[in-house]
Amino acid sequence: MELTLNHYLILSAIIFAIGVTGVLTRRNVLIILMSVELMLNSANMTLIAFSHYLQNIDGMVFVFFTMTVAAAEVGIGLAIVVTMFRNKGTIDVGNFNLLKG
Amino acid sequence: MQGVMFIVLALVTLFSALMVITRKDPVSSILYLVLTFFCFAGFYVLLGAQFLAAVQIIVYAGAIAVLFLFVVMMLNLREPEAEEGKELIPIWKPLGYAVGIGVGIVFLSYLASSPGPAIPPLNGGDEIYAMGRADFLGKALFTDFILPFEIAGVLLLAAVLGAVALAKKKRV
Repeated sequence: MELTLNHYLILSAIIFAIGVTGVLTRRNVLIILMSVELMLNSANMTLIAFSHYLQNIDGMVFVFFTMTVAAAEVGIGLAIVVTMFRNKGTIDVGNFNLLKG
Repeated sequence: MQGVMFIVLALVTLFSALMVITRKDPVSSILYLVLTFFCFAGFYVLLGAQFLAAVQIIVYAGAIAVLFLFVVMMLNLREPEAEEGKELIPIWKPLGYAVGIGVGIVFLSYLASSPGPAIPPLNGGDEIYAMGRADFLGKALFTDFILPFEIAGVLLLAAVLGAVALAKKKRV
């Protein structure tokens, strides 16, 4: 079987869709953050696939910055989760309705 | 050979990604997430990005997954996820599945129509091998992308300060 660019793009599209489904259906904040990580990773794979296909290094450099942002996002996100747990004693998103009108 | 490896990795990735979003227990979700990260590193190797594969394992499977595990340990979660019926909007969950599958269908309808261009083989020449190497990436990072690099450093500093400020105990 010969690998084409679309193999990688289709795989990362499916994983992105899995991540979207996880964000929209789960109620545990930790698992929502993990689904966001899945989506970021699938975007990374798209960038690397295009970078390899075009033989251009810019996509790989971009993946570097995506990883930086993902690390920062997880650090801040988990700090927020800890704060939420300290305030309410739960991390179920259904219990966080302070801004509900 | 590469096709076989791609198929195997893809199946494992899809399985573990599905497990991440379906497990009730956050710890098993995290362990499946680590498996997914390793599979992604395998894809990066298949795409000639060896250095990024190593960074993927160190940063994601090493740092981020351990951070998740630490938070689960700190929070000491016992109660299971809320039961059905306590939802804010009753049809929220089926709606979420519908939107997720819809996103997948929209992407796939674009991609699956044509077989797509063949990607260059890994062993096609020295240059292709060299592109994912650390020295090439470093050269690009420190010449063309020096300003984004510096900004990423400032972003990480802000993240460190923000995480500490958020997570430390309030002193009144």
